Order: sequence, then structure tokens, then C-alpha cells
Amino acid sequence: MTRITKPNRRDFLKVSATGAAGLVLGFALPEHEKLEAQFNAIPRVNPSAYMRIGTDDSLTFIAPKAEMGQGSLTGLAMLLADELDADWSKLRYEFAPVDPQLYGAVQGVVGSFSIRSYFEPMRRTGATARAMLLEAAAKRWNVSAVSLRTENGFVINPANNARLNYGAIAVEAAKLPVPVTVALKDVKDFKLIRKPLKRLETHDKITGKTKFGIDARLDGMLYAVLERSPVFGGKVLSFDATKAKAVPGVKDVLLIPGATSTNGGRTMTTGGGVAVLAENTWAAMQGRKALEIKWDDNGSGAVDSAAITKLFMEKIQQKGVPARSVGNVETALASGAKKLEAVYEAPYLSHAPMEPMNCTAVIRNGGCEVWAPTQMQTFARDLAARAAGVVPEKVKLNTMFMGGGFGRRGSVDYVGEAVAIAKAAGAPVKLTWSREDDMQHDLYRPASYVKFAGALDASGWPTAFSAKVASPPFPNVDQNGLARTAVEGIHDIEYGIPNIQVDYHRPDVHVPVTFWRSVGFSQNTFFTESFIDELAAAGGKDPLEFRRRLLKDQPRMLNVLNLAAEKAGWGKAPAGRFQGISVVNNIGSFTAQVAEVSVTNGKLKIHKVTCAVDCGHHVNPAIARQQVESGIVYGLTACLKGAITIEKGRVKQSNFHDYEMLRIHEMPQIETHLVMSAENPGGLGEASTPGIAPAVGNAIFKATGKRLRKMPMRDADLA
Amino acid sequence: MAKVQFTLNGKPQSVDASPEMPLLWVVRDMLGLTGTKFGCGMALCGACTVHVNGDAVRSCMTQVRSVEGKTVTTIEGLSLDGSHAVQKAWAEIDVPQCGYCQSGQIMQAASLLSKKKQPSDADIDEAMRGNVCRCGTYLQIRQAIHRAAELQSAQGGKA
Repeated sequence: MTRITKPNRRDFLKVSATGAAGLVLGFALPEHEKLEAQFNAIPRVNPSAYMRIGTDDSLTFIAPKAEMGQGSLTGLAMLLADELDADWSKLRYEFAPVDPQLYGAVQGVVGSFSIRSYFEPMRRTGATARAMLLEAAAKRWNVSAVSLRTENGFVINPANNARLNYGAIAVEAAKLPVPVTVALKDVKDFKLIRKPLKRLETHDKITGKTKFGIDARLDGMLYAVLERSPVFGGKVLSFDATKAKAVPGVKDVLLIPGATSTNGGRTMTTGGGVAVLAENTWAAMQGRKALEIKWDDNGSGAVDSAAITKLFMEKIQQKGVPARSVGNVETALASGAKKLEAVYEAPYLSHAPMEPMNCTAVIRNGGCEVWAPTQMQTFARDLAARAAGVVPEKVKLNTMFMGGGFGRRGSVDYVGEAVAIAKAAGAPVKLTWSREDDMQHDLYRPASYVKFAGALDASGWPTAFSAKVASPPFPNVDQNGLARTAVEGIHDIEYGIPNIQVDYHRPDVHVPVTFWRSVGFSQNTFFTESFIDELAAAGGKDPLEFRRRLLKDQPRMLNVLNLAAEKAGWGKAPAGRFQGISVVNNIGSFTAQVAEVSVTNGKLKIHKVTCAVDCGHHVNPAIARQQVESGIVYGLTACLKGAITIEKGRVKQSNFHDYEMLRIHEMPQIETHLVMSAENPGGLGEASTPGIAPAVGNAIFKATGKRLRKMPMRDADLA
Repeated sequence: MAKVQFTLNGKPQSVDASPEMPLLWVVRDMLGLTGTKFGCGMALCGACTVHVNGDAVRSCMTQVRSVEGKTVTTIEGLSLDGSHAVQKAWAEIDVPQCGYCQSGQIMQAASLLSKKKQPSDADIDEAMRGNVCRCGTYLQIRQAIHRAAELQSAQGGKA
């Protein structure tokens, strides 16, 4: 049952006075089974406002989701505008404010949920507004609404070709009762959805006009940088600011306290440090170099990567928490015709979005205003409130464009810092992180260590699959002590194997960890799809045939697997080139990839990646393809190059020279095939990231006979 | 502090700054042109790329005193309204995702095309390998540079 609320009269009058709006529409979101994830839980009954039609015939889309490159700003607007029969060329956008009443208790962009959660509600909004505009025109003309039609921002009376633009009847439409039910378009009637429309903000992004968080500027603003404890969790014991204050342009040096907030079961913190405030960013950076600080190292100053791996190995030996138990693995392993064991490893990773963390804040009028490039507006608002010492309702958060997010900006430590500094300074402040800050004070993709065992019957088909997983938990563990993010991509495999046992072993490390594009799948799909390949090879089976048979009851998995294999020309690689395949189901989408590689004198070259994706309904095929390619590049960077290591309790890497990115000359050709589907939409931002590493690893095995069980692969000897 | 004079986006500009201050921060913080981006501060990513006398340089490692008397162009000055051949091609291919690196990518590509009218894939890779895109728009960038070369050629070689 969908409940639709009436337009908010006060809001209507307010915007109307600016000449900007006539119709403000609210509606309720239906329950969506995929929305169980707490980070995206939109209330079941939750009136919200997503659009304004101005009396000047302007159309403003109010975007409930922030934009970090994923393209949902455009995709969500297309959903609304298609059902509204709006003039797409007139549509403008703005980001919605933080408002739990309108947009849910936790408002944010994670889990590739933007399109899949709003696919129907956003269309329903557009269709409802269209019905009200039709009714308003019908009243004006004194005819029946069913005799009228809409097109491109007009209501048209076919009987006499009379036309009214939406702006002309918006005020009247807003006074009408909101219809409880409206019909949505059939797929064949879509005018915008499924068209490769350009992104709304492209012009601004190619002319330098887009305002990212780092571009915020306030009158009288000071530029700040913050020195944080080099060892995670450490605190300032004492500091001497004399030399820093002598640097030209430096205005002040301040000790900044930490802050903590909790919402949606998640705790957000900032540890504080010593802030340098200056006339410009560079002066602040110079002042910071001159700081003398003594730190407490929180007892973690001796931890290094070797010790962390050792801890993982010890944990594996202890009793774990079952994540999945099917049949009896121990018996099956003991009685198998052939038994395999393998250990896989992945390191910590930094997100490294191109825009370093930053936030601009001012404390004024008993409240606080922040300009934040954040994936999690609600968390940002709440931590800002705690740092400012005000209630969340007294915080105004301006959602800025993000120069990448990838999960990093789901944590809002930098927002708390900026507010704490602005409060201490008594002035508007822009806090900018250096690249080194960004890399050494991230919350990381956790390292992981997995021990697999598998058994085959006499015909070479698997009878047992077991995995012991050691990886630091986040964001929490369930009542049994299981961290689902640590085992996803392993315990949920869809292969028809009669005996499966997956156990989680919890190691606690002081390094902060969080979501990283595709989360647990980012390493676990590499592990699982490589080990499945090992089982196929041990059983003397073709990797594609092996998967086909074990996935015979999983039609969408099977379909993308076959599509990728067909389009890649599986088994028909050119001389000297070798193929590897992978398939995965994550974020509600199904993705198969074939990588084609060569290894010459130990040197790896990835020539081509063929990717098939079934994401259900897609909204914009051009942006969908971009997301698939983007995910592959992100995954390939991690597969080949990415490693954050720990020395003396801190991160060793500091910038792009020792934490390298994939660059243009290393790009494979990428071919993306979208399955035309009317299934419920799945996510796309994280669909293709997990499968590239195993596809590459499996192709390397084909080429060299060497099985790579550790990322990054740049360290492997392929000669 | 020293007075440094140069031409910025076609207009004379004078700033009173520490002579060793990177051009990036002069442009962004002192002059308020925020289209040029800070990415790494070590000339490793190319997000801060601008033109000095027509050459692509990393403004994060270019001391402001070194541009005394020179001509500096930022993304805001590449064209008035996004009409440079590179920008037109970028719009046509719809290259940007998050868009943060794109000012630098576009400035680097414009510099390449001013020197090499019909760059090969290898030329493009060589010229663009210093510019990181974390969203992975590289294939679209390559495609857009070829398209910009076509547009430039159709306009009689003028960007």
C-alpha cells in the first residue's frame, strides 16, 4: 500500500515567493525487499519531495542521492522525467537536504543501491505529478482528464490542439488531492529510460565549474590542515607550535579534540590532532611541517604486516564461527578421491579517490553549516552536530559533488574534524587532507587470509568445499560473532556442491577498516573463483564446463557465464594468448568476465576483458557500461598493484609513487554486454570489481601453469 | 612575499605571494579559480595540470615565481563556454564520471593536440600516462582525443 502525502503548504509558499515553484510533490516509498541493508533503509512509510515545477515552467529534480561518479543523479532524474513526460532539456537539479522524515533515517549512497531502491518510487513520483497536472488542465478546460495527453512538458487536448505547459498549471495542480494509485508506463512506452542520455552535469565537469567539496569557499575562511596520530588510535601527549606559528601566512595552531556519533548501528569517530590554520592551504601545509608533537602510540607502535598475517594464521587454527554448513564437509573431505588445499591472501587497500578528504564548516547562529563531499549525509550531519555541540537539527549540510567515493566517503571523520576545527578557531574553516593524509588515515579494505579445502569424486566433480576465513570484522558482527562482510563471496557461492562449510575467524587489529568498492567480494571472489578453477583443473575439466554444470540450477548465473564465453570466443584465443573466466552474483546483479592475457618472458599483458552483466532493468545503457568498465579498472588496479602495508603501527605507503594506480597505457580493451532484462534492477557500481582478479589469475594459470593465490599480482614471478 | 605578474586566462594578473608557493594554490586559494584540482601535491597524478606558455605543467610543483611574465591557462580559460575541440569531444563521448581529474585530463589532451594534430593510440598513451583517473575513464579519454583531433581538423586545425 502506497501512501501519498499532500504538498507541504508552507514549503509551497516559500518557494513560490521566489518565483521558482508551483508544485511540490511528496509520496511514500513502498517496501523493497532489497532494502534490508541498514545503511540504505528508507522508511516504509516516508513522505518525501523530489521535484519542483516552477510557475516559470522550470523543472527542478531534487536528488536524494549524492553523486560521486556513479551516475545516479542522471539515472534517477530520467526515472522521474520519463513518467512525468517532462521536457528533459529543461530539467535542472539540486541535492536534497538531510531530512530523515523525507529521505530515511540513514540517507546515503552505499551498496550500489541508488537506482535499485528508487527504480519504482521515482517513477511513481513522476507519474503522480503527471496525473495531477492532467487533472488541473482538465479542470481549466472543463473537459475530462482521460481525454487529454501529455508530451514533453505540456498537457495537450487532442480535440482542439490546445496546449498548456506544466508551469502554467502547476499552482492549480498542487491544490488537487494527490491520487493514491497511478499507472506506470510499460517498457515499450519509455521515452528516456533505456536511452543513452548524457549526464546532467557533464558540461560543468568539462569547464571546471562543478563544485566539489574541496571547492567550497566562504568569506573570511581560514585554510586548515590537521596532523593526526601516525599510529592509528594514538593521542597527542604534547606539542610545540612556536616554529609553525612563525611560518608566513600561518594564523593559528590549535589542539583539536575527537568526536563520536552513532546512528543506524554505526559509530563515526574522529580522533582529533593538531590543526594549523592559515591564509591558504599551502601556508597551512608549510606550518604543519614545522610542528613538533609527541604522540602516545596507543600500544600499537610495534605492529607490522608480518605480525598481522601471523595473527590471521593463528586465528585460523582456532574454532571459528560457522557462516554456512551444508552436509558434512569433514566426512566428504576424508572420503574424496582427490583432495586439494590452498591458502589465499589479500592485503589492506586504500580507496584513494582523486579528491582527497576535505570539508568546509562554520559555526554560527547557534548551529553549524557544513559543505561536505560525503556518501552518508545523515552520518555527516550527526558527527558535525557532536563536534559542534548542537543537536543534529541545528546542522545544515550542503551535499557537494564528490571526486570519487568508493566507500571511503561512507565514513565522515573529516566532517567531524572540520567542524571541531571551526569551533576551536571561531571562524569558517576549510579543512583539506593531503594525499599522504588520505592514504595514511583512510579506513581500509581489510586484509584477508583464507584456507580452502576441497574434494573431488572419482569423475573429477566436487563433493566438498570448505573455507576458513580470517579477516578483521566491520561494521559489526552478529549475535553469533559472524562478520558477514568478511565471508560474502565465499559462504554464498551458488555452485551445486553437496558439502559446504565456511567458518569465520575473527582477528582484531588496530587498523581501521570499512567498505571498499564491492566490499567482501573485492577479495573473496578472487579467492573463491580461483579455487573453483583449481578444482576444475584438478578434476581435468574445462573451467567453463565445470562452472556450467555446477550452476545448472542458477539460470541468471548460467546466462551471463554463457554470454561472456560466447562473446569472448571461449577456447578460441589467438595464438600466444590465454583466457580465464569468473562469475559472481553480488549487489543484486550477475556478472561474468573473460580475461585474455599473454605472458612473455615473465611479463604479463592483459589484452582484453569481455564482461557480461545482468543487472535486471537498466536505466541508462551508456552510464551502465561506464560503471562496468569503471569497476573493472578499479578491480584491476587492486589485482595488479594495490597493497597497503603496516610498519611500526602505521601505513607505509604515502602517495601514488608507492601506491600505484592503473594508467591509460595499461588498459585492456573492454567489451561490455548488458543482458536485456525486466527483472528487478540490481546494482552496478560494484558489480564488475570482484570478477576481474580471478579472471586474470585463471588466465595466468592457463598461460603459465602458475596459480596465483595472493594479490597484488605484480609481486608474482611469472618467468 | 613578492609580487609576481603573469597573464592568466588572457588577462594580466598580479599576485603578492611567497615566491615558492605552488601555482596550484595561488590559482585556487588566492584567485578563486577552483577548476584546477589538487590530487597528490607531487606531480604524480596530473589533476592540477594547467598550461604555461602552451605547455602542460603540473601546477602543484610549479613555483609561482617561475611563471613571472608568462602566460598561464587554466580549465576556466581553455574556452569561454566549453567550445574547445577537446571539450566538445569530451561532451560528445560524455567522458567524465566523478569528473575530478577531468580538468587535468582535458588540459593535458589539449596540449597534446596543439603539438600533434593526429595522435596515434601510442602517442595518446605516452602523453596521458601521467594523468590518473580513478573512475577508469581511460578508454573514453582515448576515444575523445581521437574525436577532438577530427573536430580540430574540421575547424582547419584550430582548437
